[in-house]
Amino acid sequence: MSDIATRVKKIIVDKLGVEEAEVTNEASFTNDLGADSLDTVELIMEFEKEFNISIPDEQAETITTVGQAVAYLEEHAKV
Amino acid sequence: MQLKRVVVTGIGALTPIGNNLQEYWNGLLNGVSGADFITQFDASKFKTRFACELKNFDPLNFLDRKEARKIDRFTQTAIISSDMAVIDAGINKDNVNVDRVGVVFASGIGGLITFQEEVVNFAKGDGTPRFNPFFIPKMILDIAAGHISMRHGFRGPNFAVVSACASSTNAIMDAFNLIRLGKADIILTGGAESVISEAGVGGFNAMKALSERNDDPKSASRPYDKDRDGFVMGEGSGTLVVEELEHALKRGAKIYCEIAGCGATADAHHITAPHPEGLGAKNVMLVAFEDAGMKPEDIDYVNTHGTSTPLGDIAEVKAITDVFGEHAFKVNISSTKSMTGHCLGAAGVIEAIACIQAVVHDIVPPTINHFTDDPELDARLNFTFEKAQQRTVRAALSNTFGFGGHNACVIVKKFEA
Repeated sequence: MSDIATRVKKIIVDKLGVEEAEVTNEASFTNDLGADSLDTVELIMEFEKEFNISIPDEQAETITTVGQAVAYLEEHAKV
Repeated sequence: MQLKRVVVTGIGALTPIGNNLQEYWNGLLNGVSGADFITQFDASKFKTRFACELKNFDPLNFLDRKEARKIDRFTQTAIISSDMAVIDAGINKDNVNVDRVGVVFASGIGGLITFQEEVVNFAKGDGTPRFNPFFIPKMILDIAAGHISMRHGFRGPNFAVVSACASSTNAIMDAFNLIRLGKADIILTGGAESVISEAGVGGFNAMKALSERNDDPKSASRPYDKDRDGFVMGEGSGTLVVEELEHALKRGAKIYCEIAGCGATADAHHITAPHPEGLGAKNVMLVAFEDAGMKPEDIDYVNTHGTSTPLGDIAEVKAITDVFGEHAFKVNISSTKSMTGHCLGAAGVIEAIACIQAVVHDIVPPTINHFTDDPELDARLNFTFEKAQQRTVRAALSNTFGFGGHNACVIVKKFEA
């Protein structure tokens, strides 16, 4: 697993209070990990903070699974 | 229309001197001070460096981590004390009509700690707004009532009540009224407050409202002592399950006491100073007596607002003397804030619980920390200094007053079928 993937999963485990094993690439924040709309906004904010980037709203709306988050951040992260 | 009778059938308490009803009551009877140096933030540069914090309180003993993170500390304590009250009353969504069970829950300030964290975080940045999506729903004061309803599935009347340090007495009054008017069978009511933060302590310090007795925190809350120098901030939560009498009898509920009457008035005088003659305080007791159909002679215990401020204590005692006449020298008076500190919006319910327990057990909790008599107070008054006193307590009255000039009063009495 890439360094970015590890950090993304750590944030998800922390914020959503889920088990690490549940945080698979296919897992959907809302359908599989129990997130509501506010939780997903908070997750995006945490990714922005952790990776020192700004994710535009229209792109944030396309990030709905763990794998999508990792892929987006691997492409855009500055650190 | 015939008003219904209202009784208390459940109690939950989370206070600086005890984390449940039994511990709290033991603390009161043993004259325990809840004051100590502040642990929730570095207060070394503050004029006041102590408060009555909750002790050994870990919200994760009651709430799961995900849940605890999304709510302010005041709501955490509200949920915990209401859970205790619900268990104590033996109610759940399957043995009550959930559409007729409400929540009327107070706080004086609400999520100040959350507000502080979010604004400090924003101010440290470059001006880009990065507010947490839970900022507003954590901060708003009504959210405690909302969370309590969601937790238990109670769908009756649901709202918050605010009148600064009188808030939770006003909440009890609203709950009492809803039930006696037949609008609900049961209401969970009370209040929660947790603002022991830089903004909370710094703000009250700026008003010169807090004691600055940093060399002896435990003796700082000393209502009616000549050398009192301000209140000691407390935190915590209390919940009462108030219930329509017939409903309680039908389900065989344990009944602590009856709520006899309530009152609310305003000083219409000053934002923070009490009326010098205690006019609003006097009127609120008169209104409560009229509401209860009782006379001062029917009361055996007065739990005062008694915050340990130079002006406030005197004004309230003047009001008591005016209203009670000769009987003022026969009642027991005490300020349990000498032990709990001033729990602000939660003070009313935490002190109503002291009154209820006094009525149930026929013991009056003391006013601790008495060193020097105040020549401005009539020596014939019994402030129950230092030690709890046993006596028959037929009925007890609790006063609370809030910044803004709000006064609220509740009278509880022994339940007699």
